[in-house]
Amino acid sequence: MRKYIFKRIMYMILTLFIIATATFFLMKLMPGSPYANQAKMTAEQRAIMDAQYGLNKPVYQQYFIYLIGIVQGNFGTSFQFNNQPVSFLISSRIGPSMQIGAQAIVLGTVLGILLGALAAIRKNTWVDTLATFFAILGRSIPNFVFAVLLQFYLAFKLKIFPIALWDEGFRSSILPTIALSMAPLATTARFMRTEMVDVLNSDYIELARAKGNTPWQTVAKHALRNSLIPVITIIGPMAVDLMVGSMVVENIFSIPGIGDQFVKSITTNDYPTIMGLTLLYSFMLVVVILIVDILYGFIDPRIRLSGNEGSN
Amino acid sequence: MADNTSDIKLNADSFKPVAANNVDEQEKISAPSLTFFQDAIRRLRKNKAAVFSFWLLAIIIFISIVSIWWTPSDPNAQHVAYANLPPKIANGNIPGFTGKANVGGNIVDKYAAAKVPKGTYYVLGTDYLGRDLFSRLMKGVALSLLIGLLATLFDLVIGVPYGIISGWKGGKTDTIMQRIIEIISSIPNLVVVILMLLLFTPGLGSIVVAMGITGWITMARLVRAETLTLKTQEYILAAQTLGESPFRIALKHLIPNLSSTIIIQTMFSIPTAIFFEAFLSFIGIGIPAPNASLGTLLSDGQKTFRFLPYQMWYPAAVISIIMIAFNLLADGLRDAFDPKTQE
Repeated sequence: MRKYIFKRIMYMILTLFIIATATFFLMKLMPGSPYANQAKMTAEQRAIMDAQYGLNKPVYQQYFIYLIGIVQGNFGTSFQFNNQPVSFLISSRIGPSMQIGAQAIVLGTVLGILLGALAAIRKNTWVDTLATFFAILGRSIPNFVFAVLLQFYLAFKLKIFPIALWDEGFRSSILPTIALSMAPLATTARFMRTEMVDVLNSDYIELARAKGNTPWQTVAKHALRNSLIPVITIIGPMAVDLMVGSMVVENIFSIPGIGDQFVKSITTNDYPTIMGLTLLYSFMLVVVILIVDILYGFIDPRIRLSGNEGSN
Repeated sequence: MADNTSDIKLNADSFKPVAANNVDEQEKISAPSLTFFQDAIRRLRKNKAAVFSFWLLAIIIFISIVSIWWTPSDPNAQHVAYANLPPKIANGNIPGFTGKANVGGNIVDKYAAAKVPKGTYYVLGTDYLGRDLFSRLMKGVALSLLIGLLATLFDLVIGVPYGIISGWKGGKTDTIMQRIIEIISSIPNLVVVILMLLLFTPGLGSIVVAMGITGWITMARLVRAETLTLKTQEYILAAQTLGESPFRIALKHLIPNLSSTIIIQTMFSIPTAIFFEAFLSFIGIGIPAPNASLGTLLSDGQKTFRFLPYQMWYPAAVISIIMIAFNLLADGLRDAFDPKTQE
């Protein structure tokens, strides 16, 4: 086990190194320059600016400086946004994103598990149909459409929640959380239903019933626990959904998070920030996948851990 | 089953001995024999949601094809005088399509205010440049579907061969190919797409390429897993023994047996691609103006959603319907091709 974890961490570092390299050279290939008024600059001004951002050195030197910087937690200076260090931009904005993300994943998975379990227990009844219908809606309606609808009806028309911004604490986070939680909810519900139907047909459930457990006890004690194990595997894909979702949802609700920052950086060609955030997103994703794999191995000893089969 | 047997009336004729030599008749298969595909289609037909989605998509695709040659009016023609007109049909007798709007509490006939000639009307209204939204929606759906289709081509062209080679070769080749997949898939898809779009000039081609570069991973994984099991089958061994080249084995034996996996995955890829295009256009790096796609329509509509909700409502409804239909059809196909999953 320890050897396996070590191996996985080594692969993780390799992956991140490749991503860092790829983004660096991609950024060097980008057309356009970071200077907004390049045409008006004299050669001397340009040289001063280049020197300030370290752009006058040969590319390979820039690359090594960049790599060393990453290890030290230094992602360079933003070309936009008042020349703040990228690490500061990220650290000052990660709070709201994390809060919304965490709330959405908790809300989505808990509701999804309940919905999926209910659908499986009442299989082929209207409860099942309704739950499946909701799951399909959650999977099909783009989250930004959903976010705009929530904003329009609950905030603008009914005025129950703040329309946008991040100045009312928890209340501000409610609508973005709901909008973001739709995807995890749908995925979990769907997965949970399939697993639960499988488990409910197994022999040990039959035994639990035969022992005289009430249906409720059987579900809570035996069925639910065993169906929950495979649900862990979908946390990885769900994390991706949340990252993608957070970009539009934060943008729509004007939340000062990293998703919103990413979108803004893209539209302003702010390369250092884009690179920093790309690395951050990749890092989070790789770590989530690693944790899920290790957790899975601990929880279900039937799964033989082999280095070749990286589940994702 | 039990109900059927109890209904059968038994009489003396039922107990006559059968002729001794009618083995042929006993062995006769009474039902027509179905191929795997016929069987799957038979199962698919029983799934009402999937059949409905199929016809719905067929209609949407037909309308999209029509939009190549004909739209009610030029989707890119601007009539600034007719900007932001609400939806209206014919004389405006149908609720929701009256051509009137609520301006500061008063119901105003926007068409009269803009001096639109009698008889001219816009079924879904106009946008901020006075472009006919119905025509734009038709074109937008067509473009979004085209992107979905082209992006899935990458699935087939890269994903399928990659998966087959990786699974078939095994050993070192497989390990290396899987490592590559692992690395690509640990970068969030979206980040790759965005980086690609920054590198290329935005447009249909770059969006499709950017999505294609990342989209084939799932397909390659599924095909590889399936190939690994198919590889051990007797008929593959027989083909090998007969001296078939690996290329012909892949073409004649592997791909036909992989087809259900490939079809199902393709059906799931199309809505994903449509969603991605909409997402990219929504954050402003997708299809460039003046072309319409579902994403650009949503993005434009969102800006004025609070005051002119119809500009976002219709594209939002259409994209949701398309996504739901594709997902339902894909679900139906999966159940039809693999009846085990349904239980």
